[in-house]
Amino acid sequence: MDDLKLIVSPSPHIRDKDTTEKMMFAVLTALLPVLAASIYFFRWDAVRLVLLSAGAAIATEAIFQRLRKQPIRVADGSALVTGVLLGLIVPPSLPSWMVILGAVFAIAIGKQVFGGLGQNPFNPALVGRAILSVSFAAAMTKWTAPFDAVTAATPLFRGTAHIPDLFFGTVAGSLGETSALAILLGGIYLFYKGYLDYRIPVGIFASVAVIALLAGVSVPFHLLAGSLLFGAIFMATDPVTTPITKSGRWIFGIGVGLIVMLIRIWGSYPEGVTFAILLMNAVTPLINRWTRPRIYGQGVKSSE
Amino acid sequence: MRKVRSFFGGIYPEDVKQTTAGTPIQALSAPETVVVPLLQHVGLEAKPVVAKGDEVLKGQLLAEAEGATGAPVHSPVSGKVLAIEPRPHQSGHSVTAIVIENDGQDNWVERTTHPDPVQLDAEEILKRISQAGVVGMGGAGFPTAAKLTLPKGITLDYLIINGCECEPHYTTDHRLMVEYPEDIVLGAKLMAKASGARQIVIAIEDNKPDAIASLKEHAGSIEIVAVPTRYPAGGEKQLIQQITGREVPSGGLPYQVGAVVQNVATARAAALAVRDGEPLISRVVTVTGTPIAEPGNFLVPIGTPLAHVFEAAGGFSQKPGKVVVSGAMMGQAQFGLDVPVTKTTSCLLALTEEEAVTPDSTPCIKCARCVDVCPARLLPLKLEMFGMNERFEEAHAYGALDCIECGACNYICPAKRPLLQYIRFAKMEIIARDQLPS
Ligand code: SF4
Ligand code: SF4
Repeated sequence: MDDLKLIVSPSPHIRDKDTTEKMMFAVLTALLPVLAASIYFFRWDAVRLVLLSAGAAIATEAIFQRLRKQPIRVADGSALVTGVLLGLIVPPSLPSWMVILGAVFAIAIGKQVFGGLGQNPFNPALVGRAILSVSFAAAMTKWTAPFDAVTAATPLFRGTAHIPDLFFGTVAGSLGETSALAILLGGIYLFYKGYLDYRIPVGIFASVAVIALLAGVSVPFHLLAGSLLFGAIFMATDPVTTPITKSGRWIFGIGVGLIVMLIRIWGSYPEGVTFAILLMNAVTPLINRWTRPRIYGQGVKSSE
Repeated sequence: MRKVRSFFGGIYPEDVKQTTAGTPIQALSAPETVVVPLLQHVGLEAKPVVAKGDEVLKGQLLAEAEGATGAPVHSPVSGKVLAIEPRPHQSGHSVTAIVIENDGQDNWVERTTHPDPVQLDAEEILKRISQAGVVGMGGAGFPTAAKLTLPKGITLDYLIINGCECEPHYTTDHRLMVEYPEDIVLGAKLMAKASGARQIVIAIEDNKPDAIASLKEHAGSIEIVAVPTRYPAGGEKQLIQQITGREVPSGGLPYQVGAVVQNVATARAAALAVRDGEPLISRVVTVTGTPIAEPGNFLVPIGTPLAHVFEAAGGFSQKPGKVVVSGAMMGQAQFGLDVPVTKTTSCLLALTEEEAVTPDSTPCIKCARCVDVCPARLLPLKLEMFGMNERFEEAHAYGALDCIECGACNYICPAKRPLLQYIRFAKMEIIARDQLPS
């Protein structure tokens, strides 16, 4: 009792158990079914691209933190998440060096130039994919069919597909984006764990469905084809680059769905998820400003 | 049945009340010397009316109220005044205290009792509450009589008696409601009469069914309302919102929406003051936390050093790393155990050395959990950033002064940001610059 050395610090004195790392590793856990599906469909290409992308992302992050004389915090899992995400959204036949380059860009240009974790306005994995798409348009649109690696066109390019194929993933597409089933499993896990705000994906699905109906195209096709599902669940829900208000998240989701459909139906590219999310990332600060909640007690009158 | 409205945000910290919820209140005898601070309320230090060497009786006036929001202080024991000098205080500052040597006799001053106090008129009730030194015992320490005295022309719709006790550790109000429901009901009636409130509502979090049952048995026409268990359900503004559906205007006071909130312990103190002529010289304190050998609820004379109270709870079974006065969410960490229990000490919480460590903070990932839990509907991550970068004008524009300092944002943050610290800093700077009343 005599030599008590008591810590004196401001309240609160208890903290929730959740940490940034736990959130990141929950995302990785949610990606396991997607990883499994991509390996099942695309075999060694999936292993090769995801591992290289993850490794390059982590190495780039560590080098930047080292150069900045910051503590090396790659163990927080955020670079790993970016790397794995990027690995899952490239075509199975992409050359190894390209995915490495993409991951370096994702971390360097997508995240570190803005100051690192939490500071980046754009989703880093999508920045990586956008840079790859622009730089290596041919390689980034060279699709192969599952299992046998013969060249094939994506459902969006063809404009039609057998819906069960889209659901299970037996179509051509980016490594992790073909199987709706695997993506939904991951999404349900994240939602159940409290890491996923339903507003953004639901907003996306709702606006895609409504526009598909209005435009007279197949609703299930547009919901399940291409990058939509993966983007809605794993990209558009990235906390750092999406609105902090609940109403803002609705706007964000609806906006993404709208832009995707504009590009798909009237644009010159078959798919627009990457650019839709990046565009909405860009207006996120504005959305935050527009949707500031009314503070308790402000704008109310006393009743006397 | 009243429809309980919801308030925005809030958190669900682990409920650790079960440790002491079933432990009856145990009266603790006063130590050999008590240290009675002259500041146990908001406002100015009370002015001593005794001098060193004086013999005093239990319940005797030691110092009288100074200023409009002052409160008098009485002796918790009979004995001799040893000193009037600055002593360490829970606030971390030093505060003038009257040090009394306890003669162990418990000789009371003469007390005027009233067998039927509800018959007294409002003025007399207020006078007795004020003279007994009753202050808000839920933590704020605002003098009760002053809070019940409303500006001319104001009528009160509600007197809300706060039995929520939403801080995750303490059970003092809980035990009072189980063991002294009549006193609480009487106190509520007296305070309603004194303030002219049209109706009384006693609000209790629904994790205390025995307290709800106990009060219902004695409530008569008083409404007992169970509110959902969620921190900070017992915050004054949140409680008013839940019971009345009204929001207290920013920068305003509850009576402006026709409500006044008083805590259950305060209600009981008011009953003792008016009926029994007893000043506020003791209070119930929950002693709890992992390092405590025998956690429990104790009736402690004001002025008892914390060390003495911890001994009554069996001492420490392992070394404490932090000792907090009152709640884990809003309480104050202490430098030592020589500071005395005051009128607002609801709980002594000890944390182990591991529990006491402040986690390292990492960059904000904008997950907006702080936004989702903020009952004031602020954007805590923005306020923190403004505070950190000394952008006080923006902090002001984003409502820093509307922060109730509940700590929910800080609790929930996965990046372990010290949000509230920077928000408090911004608030202090804004008030200092604009010379606003705090
Ligand atoms: S809870 Fe913490 S990490 Fe999340 S937005 Fe608020 S400050 Fe940032
Ligand atoms: S401490 Fe202030 S900012 Fe944080 S949740 Fe409570 S009211 Fe909101």
